[in-house]
Amino acid sequence: MSATETWAWPARDVAAAVNAGSARAEATAEAGWEGPGRVWEADVHAVVHADPAARAAAARASGKGPLAGVPVLLKDNLCTRDAYPTTCASKILAGWRAPYDATVVARLRAAGAVIVGKGNMDEFAMGSSTEFSCYGPTRNPFDLARVPGGSSGGPAAAVAYGLVPIALGSDTGGSVRQPAAFCGVYGLKPTYGRLSRYGLVAFGSSLDQVGVFARHAGDVAAAYEVLAGPDPFDATTRLGPAPDVSAWDSGVAGLRFGWPANLWKEGVAPAIVDALERAADALERAGARRVAFDFMPGTYAVATYYLVATAEASSNLARFDGVRYGFRHADAPDVRALYTRTRSEGFGAEVQRRILLGTYALSAGYYDAFYLTAQRARTRIRHEYRDAFTRCDFMLMPSAPSAAFRLGEKTSDPLEMYLSDVFTIGANLAGIPGLTVPFGRDAGGLPLAVQVLGPEDAEPVLLRAGRALEVGGERARLARSHTTEFAWPTKR
Amino acid sequence: MAIRREDVERIAELARLEIPADDMERVRAELSSVLEFVATLSKLDLAGYEPTTFAPSGAPLGPDEPNGRRLDPLTATAQAPEGEDGFFLVPPIVENLAP
Repeated sequence: MSATETWAWPARDVAAAVNAGSARAEATAEAGWEGPGRVWEADVHAVVHADPAARAAAARASGKGPLAGVPVLLKDNLCTRDAYPTTCASKILAGWRAPYDATVVARLRAAGAVIVGKGNMDEFAMGSSTEFSCYGPTRNPFDLARVPGGSSGGPAAAVAYGLVPIALGSDTGGSVRQPAAFCGVYGLKPTYGRLSRYGLVAFGSSLDQVGVFARHAGDVAAAYEVLAGPDPFDATTRLGPAPDVSAWDSGVAGLRFGWPANLWKEGVAPAIVDALERAADALERAGARRVAFDFMPGTYAVATYYLVATAEASSNLARFDGVRYGFRHADAPDVRALYTRTRSEGFGAEVQRRILLGTYALSAGYYDAFYLTAQRARTRIRHEYRDAFTRCDFMLMPSAPSAAFRLGEKTSDPLEMYLSDVFTIGANLAGIPGLTVPFGRDAGGLPLAVQVLGPEDAEPVLLRAGRALEVGGERARLARSHTTEFAWPTKR
Repeated sequence: MAIRREDVERIAELARLEIPADDMERVRAELSSVLEFVATLSKLDLAGYEPTTFAPSGAPLGPDEPNGRRLDPLTATAQAPEGEDGFFLVPPIVENLAP
Protein backbone atom coordinates (compact mmCIF):
# COMPACT_ATOMS: atom_id res chain seq x y z
CA MET A 1 0.00 0.00 0.00
CA SER A 2 1.37 3.39 -0.91
CA ALA A 3 1.28 6.19 1.62
CA THR A 4 -1.28 8.15 -0.33
CA GLU A 5 -3.78 5.45 -1.16
CA THR A 6 -5.93 5.66 1.95
CA TRP A 7 -7.32 9.14 1.26
CA ALA A 8 -10.00 7.59 -0.94
CA TRP A 9 -11.11 5.08 1.68
CA PRO A 10 -14.11 5.32 3.98
CA ALA A 11 -13.05 6.34 7.48
CA ARG A 12 -14.12 2.94 8.85
CA ASP A 13 -11.72 1.16 6.50
CA VAL A 14 -8.89 3.48 7.50
CA ALA A 15 -9.56 2.78 11.20
CA ALA A 16 -9.78 -0.97 10.60
CA ALA A 17 -6.42 -0.96 8.82
CA VAL A 18 -4.74 1.12 11.53
CA ASN A 19 -6.22 -0.99 14.32
CA ALA A 20 -5.05 -4.16 12.56
CA GLY A 21 -1.56 -2.77 12.10
CA SER A 22 -1.65 -2.87 8.30
CA ALA A 23 -1.54 0.95 8.04
CA ARG A 24 0.12 3.59 10.21
CA ALA A 25 -1.60 6.75 11.45
CA GLU A 26 1.42 8.81 10.32
CA ALA A 27 0.66 7.72 6.74
CA THR A 28 -3.14 7.87 6.81
CA ALA A 29 -3.13 11.37 8.34
CA GLU A 30 -0.86 12.57 5.56
CA ALA A 31 -2.59 10.79 2.67
CA GLY A 32 -5.04 13.55 1.73
CA TRP A 33 -2.32 16.21 1.72
CA GLU A 34 -0.05 14.14 -0.47
CA GLY A 35 -2.90 13.20 -2.80
CA PRO A 36 -5.86 15.50 -3.60
CA GLY A 37 -4.75 18.25 -1.21
CA ARG A 38 -1.62 18.83 -3.23
CA VAL A 39 -3.74 19.24 -6.36
CA TRP A 40 -6.74 21.12 -5.02
CA GLU A 41 -6.13 23.00 -1.82
CA ALA A 42 -4.44 26.00 -3.43
CA ASP A 43 -7.51 26.50 -5.66
CA VAL A 44 -10.29 25.53 -3.26
CA HIS A 45 -8.85 27.08 -0.07
CA ALA A 46 -10.75 24.87 2.33
CA VAL A 47 -8.14 25.03 5.10
CA VAL A 48 -7.12 28.04 7.18
CA HIS A 49 -4.80 26.53 9.80
CA ALA A 50 -2.61 23.50 9.14
CA ASP A 51 0.92 22.47 9.98
CA PRO A 52 2.77 19.35 8.78
CA ALA A 53 4.84 19.01 11.95
CA ALA A 54 1.78 19.32 14.21
CA ARG A 55 -0.05 16.81 12.03
CA ALA A 56 2.79 14.30 12.28
CA ALA A 57 2.98 14.81 16.05
CA ALA A 58 -0.78 14.29 16.42
CA ALA A 59 -0.58 11.13 14.32
CA ARG A 60 2.26 9.76 16.45
CA ALA A 61 0.29 10.50 19.62
CA SER A 62 -2.92 8.87 18.37
CA GLY A 63 -3.96 5.45 19.61
CA LYS A 64 -6.28 2.68 18.58
CA GLY A 65 -10.03 3.14 18.57
CA PRO A 66 -13.08 3.38 16.34
CA LEU A 67 -11.51 6.26 14.37
CA ALA A 68 -7.86 5.21 14.62
CA GLY A 69 -5.70 7.11 12.16
CA VAL A 70 -8.68 8.89 10.61
CA PRO A 71 -7.73 12.46 9.63
CA VAL A 72 -10.39 14.98 10.66
CA LEU A 73 -10.64 18.67 9.72
CA LEU A 74 -12.43 20.98 12.18
CA LYS A 75 -14.37 24.13 11.45
CA ASP A 76 -12.40 27.09 12.80
CA ASN A 77 -14.95 27.70 15.59
CA LEU A 78 -14.14 24.48 17.47
CA CYS A 79 -11.58 24.99 20.22
CA THR A 80 -8.34 23.04 20.06
CA ARG A 81 -5.57 23.22 22.57
CA ASP A 82 -1.99 23.70 21.39
CA ALA A 83 -1.42 23.18 17.70
CA TYR A 84 -3.89 25.43 15.91
CA PRO A 85 -5.48 28.83 16.55
CA THR A 86 -9.26 29.06 16.88
CA THR A 87 -10.35 32.25 15.13
CA CYS A 88 -13.90 31.78 13.72
CA ALA A 89 -12.42 33.27 10.53
CA SER A 90 -12.58 36.66 12.24
CA LYS A 91 -9.98 39.35 12.61
CA ILE A 92 -11.21 39.92 16.15
CA LEU A 93 -9.88 36.49 17.21
CA ALA A 94 -6.66 36.69 15.19
CA GLY A 95 -4.09 34.27 16.52
CA TRP A 96 -6.14 33.19 19.56
CA ARG A 97 -5.25 29.78 20.93
CA ALA A 98 -7.84 28.06 23.08
CA PRO A 99 -6.68 26.85 26.49
CA TYR A 100 -8.75 23.66 26.17
CA ASP A 101 -10.12 21.15 23.65
CA ALA A 102 -13.83 21.21 22.79
CA THR A 103 -15.53 18.07 24.11
CA VAL A 104 -16.14 16.81 20.57
CA VAL A 105 -12.42 17.29 19.83
CA ALA A 106 -11.42 15.44 22.98
CA ARG A 107 -13.76 12.57 22.01
CA LEU A 108 -12.28 12.42 18.50
CA ARG A 109 -8.78 12.22 19.93
CA ALA A 110 -9.82 9.53 22.42
CA ALA A 111 -11.22 7.51 19.50
CA GLY A 112 -7.84 7.62 17.73
CA ALA A 113 -8.68 10.33 15.17
CA VAL A 114 -5.97 12.75 14.05
CA ILE A 115 -6.89 16.45 13.99
CA VAL A 116 -5.23 17.76 10.83
CA GLY A 117 -6.22 21.43 10.91
CA LYS A 118 -8.99 23.99 10.79
CA GLY A 119 -11.38 24.62 7.93
CA ASN A 120 -12.60 27.91 6.50
CA MET A 121 -16.00 29.34 7.40
CA ASP A 122 -18.12 32.45 7.29
CA GLU A 123 -17.03 34.73 10.12
CA PHE A 124 -18.59 33.48 13.38
CA ALA A 125 -20.65 31.04 11.26
CA MET A 126 -22.75 33.89 9.89
CA GLY A 127 -23.28 33.26 6.21
CA SER A 128 -24.34 30.69 3.65
CA SER A 129 -21.45 30.81 1.20
CA THR A 130 -18.10 30.99 3.07
CA GLU A 131 -17.49 34.31 1.36
CA PHE A 132 -17.60 36.23 4.67
CA SER A 133 -14.27 34.93 5.96
CA CYS A 134 -11.34 37.12 6.96
CA TYR A 135 -9.14 34.63 5.09
CA GLY A 136 -11.01 35.01 1.79
CA PRO A 137 -13.56 32.64 0.29
CA THR A 138 -13.50 28.89 -0.18
CA ARG A 139 -14.47 27.70 -3.65
CA ASN A 140 -16.68 24.80 -4.64
CA PRO A 141 -14.43 21.92 -5.70
CA PHE A 142 -16.88 20.95 -8.44
CA ASP A 143 -16.78 24.43 -10.00
CA LEU A 144 -14.28 26.97 -8.76
CA ALA A 145 -16.50 29.87 -9.89
CA ARG A 146 -19.13 28.79 -7.36
CA VAL A 147 -19.46 28.83 -3.58
CA PRO A 148 -19.21 25.69 -1.44
CA GLY A 149 -22.15 26.85 0.68
CA GLY A 150 -21.74 27.92 4.25
CA SER A 151 -21.04 28.64 6.84
CA SER A 152 -19.03 25.39 7.16
CA GLY A 153 -17.83 25.61 3.55
CA GLY A 154 -14.19 24.68 4.21
CA PRO A 155 -14.88 21.37 5.96
CA ALA A 156 -17.53 20.45 3.36
CA ALA A 157 -15.22 21.17 0.42
CA ALA A 158 -12.31 19.30 2.03
CA VAL A 159 -14.41 16.16 2.46
CA ALA A 160 -15.71 16.48 -1.11
CA TYR A 161 -12.31 16.67 -2.77
CA GLY A 162 -10.80 13.99 -0.55
CA LEU A 163 -8.49 15.80 1.88
CA VAL A 164 -10.22 14.07 4.81
CA PRO A 165 -12.96 11.43 5.07
CA ILE A 166 -14.64 13.18 8.03
CA ALA A 167 -14.91 16.82 9.08
CA LEU A 168 -16.82 18.64 11.79
CA GLY A 169 -18.83 21.81 11.26
CA SER A 170 -21.52 23.62 13.19
CA ASP A 171 -25.13 24.06 12.16
CA THR A 172 -27.12 26.99 13.56
CA GLY A 173 -29.48 27.44 10.61
CA GLY A 174 -28.20 24.96 8.04
CA SER A 175 -24.46 25.58 8.11
CA VAL A 176 -23.66 21.87 7.81
CA ARG A 177 -26.57 20.64 5.67
CA GLN A 178 -26.47 23.38 3.01
CA PRO A 179 -22.70 23.18 2.25
CA ALA A 180 -22.97 19.39 2.31
CA ALA A 181 -25.59 19.70 -0.44
CA PHE A 182 -23.49 22.14 -2.48
CA CYS A 183 -20.41 19.91 -2.20
CA GLY A 184 -22.10 16.53 -2.69
CA VAL A 185 -21.35 14.98 0.69
CA TYR A 186 -23.37 13.81 3.70
CA GLY A 187 -24.02 16.42 6.39
CA LEU A 188 -25.71 15.61 9.71
CA LYS A 189 -27.16 18.13 12.13
CA PRO A 190 -27.94 16.06 15.23
CA THR A 191 -30.82 16.56 17.66
CA TYR A 192 -30.21 19.65 19.81
CA GLY A 193 -28.29 18.54 22.87
CA ARG A 194 -26.95 15.25 21.50
CA LEU A 195 -23.46 16.65 20.77
CA SER A 196 -21.76 18.83 23.34
CA ARG A 197 -21.36 22.53 22.55
CA TYR A 198 -18.54 22.89 25.09
CA GLY A 199 -15.70 24.45 23.14
CA LEU A 200 -17.85 25.45 20.17
CA VAL A 201 -17.68 29.25 19.97
CA ALA A 202 -21.27 30.34 20.57
CA PHE A 203 -23.39 32.04 17.89
CA GLY A 204 -27.05 31.24 18.70
CA SER A 205 -26.87 29.05 21.77
CA SER A 206 -30.39 27.63 21.55
CA LEU A 207 -29.82 26.65 17.90
CA ASP A 208 -26.13 25.70 17.59
CA GLN A 209 -25.20 22.04 17.09
CA VAL A 210 -21.92 20.50 16.02
CA GLY A 211 -22.43 18.50 12.83
CA VAL A 212 -20.62 15.84 10.81
CA PHE A 213 -19.52 15.77 7.15
CA ALA A 214 -18.58 12.50 5.46
CA ARG A 215 -18.75 10.86 2.04
CA HIS A 216 -20.55 7.74 3.28
CA ALA A 217 -23.60 7.26 5.49
CA GLY A 218 -21.69 4.65 7.48
CA ASP A 219 -18.91 7.12 8.24
CA VAL A 220 -21.46 9.62 9.58
CA ALA A 221 -22.75 6.87 11.87
CA ALA A 222 -19.21 5.99 12.99
CA ALA A 223 -18.49 9.62 13.91
CA TYR A 224 -21.86 10.07 15.63
CA GLU A 225 -21.22 7.01 17.81
CA VAL A 226 -17.97 8.56 19.00
CA LEU A 227 -19.29 12.11 19.50
CA ALA A 228 -22.84 11.85 20.85
CA GLY A 229 -23.76 11.65 24.50
CA PRO A 230 -24.07 13.74 27.63
CA ASP A 231 -21.28 16.07 28.69
CA PRO A 232 -21.04 17.48 32.21
CA PHE A 233 -19.52 20.64 30.70
CA ASP A 234 -22.60 21.43 28.62
CA ALA A 235 -25.76 21.55 30.74
CA THR A 236 -27.90 21.50 27.57
CA THR A 237 -26.70 18.07 26.45
CA ARG A 238 -29.49 15.54 26.77
CA LEU A 239 -29.18 13.16 29.68
CA GLY A 240 -29.00 9.43 29.07
CA PRO A 241 -27.34 7.54 26.25
CA ALA A 242 -27.55 8.80 22.66
CA PRO A 243 -29.65 6.80 20.19
CA ASP A 244 -28.00 3.68 18.80
CA VAL A 245 -27.11 4.23 15.14
CA SER A 246 -25.41 0.87 14.58
CA ALA A 247 -28.31 -0.31 12.39
CA TRP A 248 -27.64 2.39 9.79
CA ASP A 249 -27.53 -0.23 7.03
CA SER A 250 -30.79 -1.99 7.91
CA GLY A 251 -32.94 -0.45 5.17
CA VAL A 252 -36.18 1.53 5.21
CA ALA A 253 -38.78 -1.19 4.68
CA GLY A 254 -41.96 -0.29 6.52
CA LEU A 255 -40.98 3.31 7.24
CA ARG A 256 -43.28 6.19 6.22
CA PHE A 257 -41.75 9.32 4.73
CA GLY A 258 -43.50 12.69 4.59
CA TRP A 259 -43.76 14.35 1.16
CA PRO A 260 -44.61 18.06 1.63
CA ALA A 261 -44.66 18.86 -2.09
CA ASN A 262 -46.27 22.29 -1.52
CA LEU A 263 -42.82 23.48 -0.38
CA TRP A 264 -41.26 23.10 -3.81
CA LYS A 265 -44.12 24.28 -6.01
CA GLU A 266 -42.19 27.47 -6.68
CA GLY A 267 -38.76 28.93 -6.02
CA VAL A 268 -36.94 25.59 -6.22
CA ALA A 269 -34.70 24.66 -9.14
CA PRO A 270 -36.21 21.98 -11.44
CA ALA A 271 -33.12 19.79 -11.00
CA ILE A 272 -33.72 19.73 -7.22
CA VAL A 273 -37.39 18.82 -7.71
CA ASP A 274 -36.32 16.06 -10.07
CA ALA A 275 -33.82 14.77 -7.48
CA LEU A 276 -36.59 14.71 -4.86
CA GLU A 277 -38.83 12.67 -7.16
CA ARG A 278 -36.07 10.20 -7.88
CA ALA A 279 -35.17 9.94 -4.19
CA ALA A 280 -38.81 9.29 -3.29
CA ASP A 281 -38.99 6.57 -5.95
CA ALA A 282 -35.81 4.99 -4.60
CA LEU A 283 -37.19 5.00 -1.05
CA GLU A 284 -40.44 3.41 -2.26
CA ARG A 285 -38.50 0.75 -4.15
CA ALA A 286 -36.67 0.04 -0.90
CA GLY A 287 -39.98 -0.54 0.87
CA ALA A 288 -40.80 2.83 2.42
CA ARG A 289 -44.24 4.42 2.00
CA ARG A 290 -44.86 8.00 0.86
CA VAL A 291 -47.29 10.12 2.89
CA ALA A 292 -48.20 13.36 1.11
CA PHE A 293 -49.24 16.43 3.09
CA ASP A 294 -48.83 20.19 3.06
CA PHE A 295 -46.33 21.81 5.40
CA MET A 296 -45.78 25.34 6.68
CA PRO A 297 -43.69 27.43 4.23
CA GLY A 298 -40.06 27.82 5.31
CA THR A 299 -40.11 31.61 4.98
CA TYR A 300 -41.77 31.85 8.42
CA ALA A 301 -38.89 29.86 9.88
CA VAL A 302 -36.37 32.18 8.18
CA ALA A 303 -38.14 35.25 9.62
CA THR A 304 -38.20 33.68 13.10
CA TYR A 305 -34.58 32.65 12.85
CA TYR A 306 -33.28 36.09 11.90
CA LEU A 307 -34.74 37.45 15.13
CA VAL A 308 -33.88 34.58 17.50
CA ALA A 309 -30.39 33.89 16.14
CA THR A 310 -29.39 37.55 15.87
CA ALA A 311 -30.69 38.32 19.37
CA GLU A 312 -28.63 35.47 20.79
CA ALA A 313 -25.63 36.48 18.68
CA SER A 314 -25.74 40.10 19.83
CA SER A 315 -25.50 38.81 23.38
CA ASN A 316 -22.93 36.07 22.74
CA LEU A 317 -20.63 38.35 20.75
CA ALA A 318 -20.63 41.04 23.44
CA ARG A 319 -17.65 39.23 24.94
CA PHE A 320 -15.39 40.27 22.08
CA ASP A 321 -14.25 43.70 23.19
CA GLY A 322 -10.45 43.77 22.96
CA VAL A 323 -9.90 42.96 26.63
CA ARG A 324 -9.68 39.19 26.86
CA TYR A 325 -8.81 37.74 23.47
CA GLY A 326 -7.39 38.39 20.05
CA PHE A 327 -7.41 41.78 18.39
CA ARG A 328 -7.31 45.09 20.27
CA HIS A 329 -7.48 48.45 18.52
CA ALA A 330 -4.19 50.28 18.95
CA ASP A 331 -5.68 53.73 19.47
CA ALA A 332 -7.99 53.52 22.51
CA PRO A 333 -7.66 56.37 24.99
CA ASP A 334 -10.48 55.06 27.19
CA VAL A 335 -12.42 51.86 27.73
CA ARG A 336 -15.44 52.90 25.72
CA ALA A 337 -13.28 53.74 22.71
CA LEU A 338 -11.45 50.44 23.21
CA TYR A 339 -14.70 48.48 22.94
CA THR A 340 -16.15 50.43 20.05
CA ARG A 341 -13.02 50.71 17.92
CA THR A 342 -11.98 47.10 18.52
CA ARG A 343 -15.40 45.76 17.59
CA SER A 344 -15.92 48.08 14.61
CA GLU A 345 -12.59 47.12 13.10
CA GLY A 346 -12.50 43.49 14.29
CA PHE A 347 -15.93 42.33 13.08
CA GLY A 348 -16.78 42.07 9.39
CA ALA A 349 -19.85 43.61 7.76
CA GLU A 350 -22.19 40.62 8.04
CA VAL A 351 -21.40 40.05 11.71
CA GLN A 352 -22.00 43.73 12.45
CA ARG A 353 -25.28 43.61 10.54
CA ARG A 354 -26.51 40.69 12.64
CA ILE A 355 -25.38 42.21 15.92
CA LEU A 356 -27.30 45.39 15.02
CA LEU A 357 -30.38 43.41 14.06
CA GLY A 358 -30.28 41.40 17.28
CA THR A 359 -29.69 44.48 19.40
CA TYR A 360 -32.69 46.10 17.74
CA ALA A 361 -34.92 43.07 18.35
CA LEU A 362 -33.95 43.03 22.02
CA SER A 363 -34.10 46.79 22.62
CA ALA A 364 -36.74 48.50 24.71
CA GLY A 365 -39.86 49.24 22.69
CA TYR A 366 -39.25 46.52 20.11
CA TYR A 367 -38.76 43.46 22.31
CA ASP A 368 -42.42 42.39 22.34
CA ALA A 369 -43.05 43.14 18.68
CA PHE A 370 -39.97 41.28 17.45
CA TYR A 371 -38.22 38.97 19.90
CA LEU A 372 -41.25 37.77 21.81
CA THR A 373 -43.20 37.26 18.58
CA ALA A 374 -40.32 35.21 17.20
CA GLN A 375 -40.19 33.05 20.31
CA ARG A 376 -43.90 32.33 19.99
CA ALA A 377 -43.52 31.62 16.27
CA ARG A 378 -40.77 29.21 17.21
CA THR A 379 -43.21 27.30 19.41
CA ARG A 380 -45.69 27.12 16.54
CA ILE A 381 -42.96 25.81 14.20
CA ARG A 382 -42.02 23.11 16.74
CA HIS A 383 -45.67 22.09 16.89
CA GLU A 384 -45.91 21.93 13.09
CA TYR A 385 -43.02 19.47 13.00
CA ARG A 386 -44.36 17.49 15.95
CA ASP A 387 -47.73 17.11 14.21
CA ALA A 388 -46.08 16.13 10.91
CA PHE A 389 -44.12 13.39 12.65
CA THR A 390 -47.30 11.80 13.96
CA ARG A 391 -48.02 10.96 10.31
CA CYS A 392 -44.56 9.85 9.16
CA ASP A 393 -41.21 8.60 10.48
CA PHE A 394 -39.19 11.17 8.56
CA MET A 395 -39.74 13.92 5.99
CA LEU A 396 -38.10 14.29 2.61
CA MET A 397 -37.38 17.84 1.40
CA PRO A 398 -34.68 19.87 -0.33
CA SER A 399 -31.53 20.92 1.55
CA ALA A 400 -31.36 24.13 -0.49
CA PRO A 401 -33.53 25.70 -3.20
CA SER A 402 -30.77 25.40 -5.83
CA ALA A 403 -27.40 23.82 -6.48
CA ALA A 404 -24.30 25.89 -5.63
CA PHE A 405 -24.59 29.53 -6.70
CA ARG A 406 -21.84 31.73 -8.09
CA LEU A 407 -19.32 33.62 -6.00
CA GLY A 408 -20.58 37.16 -5.45
CA GLU A 409 -24.11 36.29 -6.57
CA LYS A 410 -25.75 36.96 -3.20
CA THR A 411 -23.24 38.97 -1.17
CA SER A 412 -24.85 42.32 -1.92
CA ASP A 413 -28.34 41.30 -0.82
CA PRO A 414 -28.44 39.95 2.76
CA LEU A 415 -32.05 38.82 2.51
CA GLU A 416 -31.39 36.82 -0.65
CA MET A 417 -28.52 35.07 1.15
CA TYR A 418 -30.70 34.37 4.21
CA LEU A 419 -33.36 32.73 2.03
CA SER A 420 -30.90 30.12 0.80
CA ASP A 421 -31.44 28.49 4.24
CA VAL A 422 -35.21 28.27 3.82
CA PHE A 423 -35.28 24.45 4.05
CA THR A 424 -32.76 23.98 6.84
CA ILE A 425 -33.62 26.59 9.47
CA GLY A 426 -36.80 24.89 10.72
CA ALA A 427 -34.86 21.95 12.16
CA ASN A 428 -32.72 24.27 14.28
CA LEU A 429 -35.75 26.12 15.62
CA ALA A 430 -37.45 22.81 16.43
CA GLY A 431 -34.29 21.15 17.80
CA ILE A 432 -34.73 18.13 15.52
CA PRO A 433 -32.10 16.25 13.48
CA GLY A 434 -31.58 16.63 9.74
CA LEU A 435 -29.34 14.87 7.24
CA THR A 436 -28.28 16.04 3.79
CA VAL A 437 -27.95 13.12 1.40
CA PRO A 438 -26.03 13.66 -1.86
CA PHE A 439 -28.13 12.55 -4.80
CA GLY A 440 -26.67 12.83 -8.27
CA ARG A 441 -25.62 15.84 -10.33
CA ASP A 442 -27.37 18.45 -12.42
CA ALA A 443 -26.80 18.94 -16.16
CA GLY A 444 -23.81 21.18 -15.42
CA GLY A 445 -22.15 18.59 -13.19
CA LEU A 446 -22.97 20.29 -9.88
CA PRO A 447 -23.91 18.07 -6.94
CA LEU A 448 -27.58 17.69 -6.06
CA ALA A 449 -28.92 16.59 -2.69
CA VAL A 450 -32.02 15.92 -0.68
CA GLN A 451 -32.63 16.35 3.03
CA VAL A 452 -34.28 13.99 5.48
CA LEU A 453 -35.65 15.39 8.75
CA GLY A 454 -36.94 13.42 11.71
CA PRO A 455 -38.29 13.96 15.21
CA GLU A 456 -35.93 14.31 18.17
CA ASP A 457 -33.50 11.38 18.43
CA ALA A 458 -34.39 10.10 14.95
CA GLU A 459 -30.71 9.94 13.89
CA PRO A 460 -30.94 6.12 13.41
CA VAL A 461 -33.89 6.53 11.03
CA LEU A 462 -32.21 9.37 9.11
CA LEU A 463 -29.04 7.33 8.63
CA ARG A 464 -31.05 4.33 7.44
CA ALA A 465 -32.76 6.59 4.89
CA GLY A 466 -29.44 8.17 3.91
CA ARG A 467 -27.93 4.75 3.40
CA ALA A 468 -30.94 3.50 1.42
CA LEU A 469 -30.49 6.43 -0.95
CA GLU A 470 -26.75 5.71 -1.17
CA VAL A 471 -27.30 2.16 -2.39
CA GLY A 472 -30.65 2.66 -4.11
CA GLY A 473 -29.97 5.90 -5.91
CA GLU A 474 -27.46 7.48 -8.19
CA ARG A 475 -24.48 6.21 -6.28
CA ALA A 476 -25.43 2.55 -6.59
CA ARG A 477 -23.35 2.14 -9.72
CA LEU A 478 -20.39 3.90 -8.17
CA ALA A 479 -17.56 1.99 -6.64
CA ARG A 480 -16.81 2.19 -2.95
CA SER A 481 -13.59 4.06 -3.57
CA HIS A 482 -13.83 7.83 -3.72
CA THR A 483 -11.57 8.15 -6.74
CA THR A 484 -14.29 6.90 -9.00
CA GLU A 485 -17.06 8.85 -7.28
CA PHE A 486 -15.38 12.17 -7.70
CA ALA A 487 -14.47 13.08 -11.23
CA TRP A 488 -11.84 15.74 -10.78
CA PRO A 489 -13.27 19.08 -11.79
CA THR A 490 -11.99 20.62 -14.95
CA LYS A 491 -12.98 24.26 -14.40
CA ARG A 492 -9.91 25.76 -12.79
CA MET B 1 -40.82 48.26 8.15
CA ALA B 2 -38.44 51.17 7.63
CA ILE B 3 -35.97 51.97 10.34
CA ARG B 4 -34.81 55.56 10.88
CA ARG B 5 -31.26 56.79 10.92
CA GLU B 6 -31.64 57.77 14.62
CA ASP B 7 -32.65 54.18 15.44
CA VAL B 8 -29.55 52.82 13.71
CA GLU B 9 -27.38 55.28 15.63
CA ARG B 10 -28.99 54.25 18.91
CA ILE B 11 -28.59 50.50 18.42
CA ALA B 12 -25.03 50.96 17.15
CA GLU B 13 -24.30 52.79 20.38
CA LEU B 14 -25.85 49.97 22.42
CA ALA B 15 -23.88 47.36 20.45
CA ARG B 16 -20.63 49.35 20.79
CA LEU B 17 -20.23 49.60 17.03
CA GLU B 18 -19.28 52.65 15.04
CA ILE B 19 -20.90 53.08 11.62
CA PRO B 20 -18.98 55.41 9.30
CA ALA B 21 -21.16 58.27 8.06
CA ASP B 22 -20.90 57.23 4.41
CA ASP B 23 -22.02 53.69 5.31
CA MET B 24 -25.04 54.77 7.34
CA GLU B 25 -27.57 54.83 4.52
CA ARG B 26 -26.55 51.38 3.25
CA VAL B 27 -26.80 49.87 6.74
CA ARG B 28 -30.15 51.58 7.34
CA ALA B 29 -31.56 50.27 4.05
CA GLU B 30 -30.32 46.72 4.66
CA LEU B 31 -31.72 46.57 8.17
CA SER B 32 -35.02 48.00 6.93
CA SER B 33 -35.35 45.34 4.27
CA VAL B 34 -34.64 42.53 6.74
CA LEU B 35 -37.06 43.99 9.31
CA GLU B 36 -39.73 44.30 6.64
CA PHE B 37 -39.25 40.63 5.88
CA VAL B 38 -39.36 39.45 9.51
CA ALA B 39 -42.51 41.51 10.04
CA THR B 40 -44.30 38.87 7.92
CA LEU B 41 -44.49 36.90 11.18
CA SER B 42 -47.44 39.10 12.10
CA LYS B 43 -49.43 37.15 9.50
CA LEU B 44 -48.95 33.96 11.48
CA ASP B 45 -51.68 32.99 13.93
CA LEU B 46 -49.83 32.68 17.23
CA ALA B 47 -52.82 32.62 19.56
CA GLY B 48 -52.20 30.09 22.31
CA TYR B 49 -48.50 29.60 21.55
CA GLU B 50 -46.25 30.32 24.52
CA PRO B 51 -42.73 31.62 23.79
CA THR B 52 -39.96 29.03 23.43
CA THR B 53 -37.24 30.26 25.72
CA PHE B 54 -34.43 27.77 25.69
CA ALA B 55 -33.86 24.03 25.28
CA PRO B 56 -36.19 23.40 22.35
CA SER B 57 -37.24 19.94 23.47
CA GLY B 58 -38.12 20.89 26.99
CA ALA B 59 -35.68 18.11 27.89
CA PRO B 60 -34.33 18.64 31.41
CA LEU B 61 -31.07 20.53 31.71
CA GLY B 62 -28.08 18.74 33.14
CA PRO B 63 -26.44 19.77 36.40
CA ASP B 64 -24.20 22.80 36.49
CA GLU B 65 -20.61 22.51 35.38
CA PRO B 66 -18.78 20.21 37.75
CA ASN B 67 -16.02 21.39 40.00
CA GLY B 68 -12.51 20.23 39.39
CA ARG B 69 -11.74 21.48 35.88
CA ARG B 70 -11.12 25.20 35.86
CA LEU B 71 -8.72 27.62 34.26
CA ASP B 72 -6.16 29.22 36.52
CA PRO B 73 -5.88 33.01 36.12
CA LEU B 74 -2.49 32.88 34.39
CA THR B 75 -3.81 30.54 31.68
CA ALA B 76 -7.04 32.47 31.33
CA THR B 77 -5.26 35.78 30.84
CA ALA B 78 -2.31 34.46 28.86
CA GLN B 79 -3.87 35.41 25.51
CA ALA B 80 -5.14 38.85 26.46
CA PRO B 81 -3.90 41.62 24.16
CA GLU B 82 -2.55 43.20 27.35
CA GLY B 83 -2.28 41.51 30.72
CA GLU B 84 -0.12 41.32 33.81
CA ASP B 85 0.22 38.76 36.61
CA GLY B 86 -3.09 37.08 35.83
CA PHE B 87 -5.00 40.32 35.30
CA PHE B 88 -6.39 41.93 32.14
CA LEU B 89 -5.10 45.43 31.46
CA VAL B 90 -7.48 48.10 30.14
CA PRO B 91 -7.16 51.85 29.60
CA PRO B 92 -8.15 54.05 32.55
CA ILE B 93 -11.86 54.00 33.35
CA VAL B 94 -11.89 56.87 35.87
CA GLU B 95 -9.71 59.94 35.50
CA ASN B 96 -6.98 60.04 38.09
CA LEU B 97 -7.93 63.30 39.78
CA ALA B 98 -5.40 65.18 41.86
CA PRO B 99 -6.18 64.93 45.61
